[in-house]
Amino acid sequence: MTVAPKREDYDVVVIGAGPAGLAAAATSAEAGLSTLLLDENVGPGGQVFRAISSTPVTERNLLGADYWGGADLVKSLGASGAEVIHRATVWSLDRNLDLAVSIGGASAFVKAKRVILATGALERPFPIPGWTLPGVMTAGAAQTMLKSSALVPDGRTVIAGQGPLLWLLAAQILRLGGRIDRILDTTERGNYFAALPHAFAFLTSPYFAKGLSMMREVKAKVQVVSGVTELAASGDGQLASVSYVGGGKRETIPADLLLLHQGVVPNVNLAMSAGVEHRWDDLQLCWSPVLDASGNSSVPGIAIAGDGAGIGGANAAVVRGRIAARAAVESLAPAVAARLPAMATLRADLAKAERGRVFLDTLFRPAPQFRIPSGDTIVCRCEEVTAKDVLDSVAIGATGPNQLKAYRRTGMGPCQGRLCGLTVTELMAQARAKTPQEIGYYRLRAPVKPITLAELASVPKSEADVKAVVRG
Amino acid sequence: MFRRSEQDKRPQVQIFVDGVAVAARQGDTVSAALLASGQDARRSTAVSGAPRLPYCMMGVCFDCLVTIDGVGNRQGCLVPVADGMQIEVQKGKREIGR
Repeated sequence: MTVAPKREDYDVVVIGAGPAGLAAAATSAEAGLSTLLLDENVGPGGQVFRAISSTPVTERNLLGADYWGGADLVKSLGASGAEVIHRATVWSLDRNLDLAVSIGGASAFVKAKRVILATGALERPFPIPGWTLPGVMTAGAAQTMLKSSALVPDGRTVIAGQGPLLWLLAAQILRLGGRIDRILDTTERGNYFAALPHAFAFLTSPYFAKGLSMMREVKAKVQVVSGVTELAASGDGQLASVSYVGGGKRETIPADLLLLHQGVVPNVNLAMSAGVEHRWDDLQLCWSPVLDASGNSSVPGIAIAGDGAGIGGANAAVVRGRIAARAAVESLAPAVAARLPAMATLRADLAKAERGRVFLDTLFRPAPQFRIPSGDTIVCRCEEVTAKDVLDSVAIGATGPNQLKAYRRTGMGPCQGRLCGLTVTELMAQARAKTPQEIGYYRLRAPVKPITLAELASVPKSEADVKAVVRG
Repeated sequence: MFRRSEQDKRPQVQIFVDGVAVAARQGDTVSAALLASGQDARRSTAVSGAPRLPYCMMGVCFDCLVTIDGVGNRQGCLVPVADGMQIEVQKGKREIGR
């Protein structure tokens, strides 16, 4: 079923129906602003509340109480009167707040007075030898299949990496009767000491007790190897084994499935293509947009909420969505804003939701060898460019990610740098003894997701548009 | 690699993978149905022909590219299955005209 937007102009267009987008669109529409929510997926929820309206895993304790909180957000959205379109891929957003969106193979164009980007996060690239082999996936991929299709790992399964999501996924797989043979924890030993000064805030956050009980639940059933310092997947056209060094000991184990995870990073493509200024975040090791306290970006009218604004987790995302929507209401319908929760209250909620984040960021800071690969390890999955290829290009004069495109086509494949951009920046920064901020990132442009020439050619155009490009 | 948990009580949907009938479930994405089918669903890349399976399942990595009802380069992880859907594992780059 293909549904185009009902109007050409909206007060607020929200992009992404995860926690931030659901909260933002509901707040904005409840306040009486014409609101359009566009989302690429089949249903609402984003990643954290994936398939919240359709999951076959209906026994509530299996996915956990936090997951089911997403159902309330969807309910509020439904009652708000916001227009919602799923399977809608926004491929262009510019400084005039003109948007292009592909729905069912045809493009529609809308204009907004305010845009709230809630495009969330994606998993940090985990470029180890063999990570392109069939059978190697992200932990998030396995969780997506678990939530939306009740699929669980069946063959010999290894989970490797670090961070809260890894333990949550492991617990969920076990609860659904799936198989996990071993967990390889790559958290650097030194991180425990570095994180200690921030421990108090974490101990008093809701994450602490939940995290601890989940780790206990998993460790009772699965062999966990901690202090893993090297990791590689191998096989001939299909994953066959995983090799690692843990506690100074090298081991190789047979495996059919390797699930990788070392945290999540903001999905920056749409924001960057609209010209939103980003800075390198030295703690979270990624690009984060420069925002004011209401989520407003450097481009007037564009706000960013949720993990796309810097990783904060689902609870913080919901509050950030409400803050960004309240700011939109303040500017477009100030009289109505008084009826919404006060900005000071929302900011206090946010501070509470972000409690313990610095501890998590410090403890789960991924080790350099898992971020900056070497030799034949593939950096750019789409164009199949290795770390050595990148370093060779630096040696003959490539200065940054954009020059590197001309040498190697890195970032020019269909994923548009989403799975190599951070690696390329850090690899080149290291090779040139510069900071990631100095090295910079790919210059991103519309279309931020591939669309066909046929779709572009069939967009409505006026005689003047045609004359502007036709000779004679 | 993956199996369906007993939790899954959704109705079946029949799709065809390279002409072979495969039982999927209503609400599966094409990629999830392929991974659950147990069939060899490895595509091969446009650059070197290397075999790949979906990596991210969330619309980011494009390793799930597949031909659906005659249209190439579709992101299988974003497309829900439909009864009678014809899926072809895509070997190499998309062909002109499909």
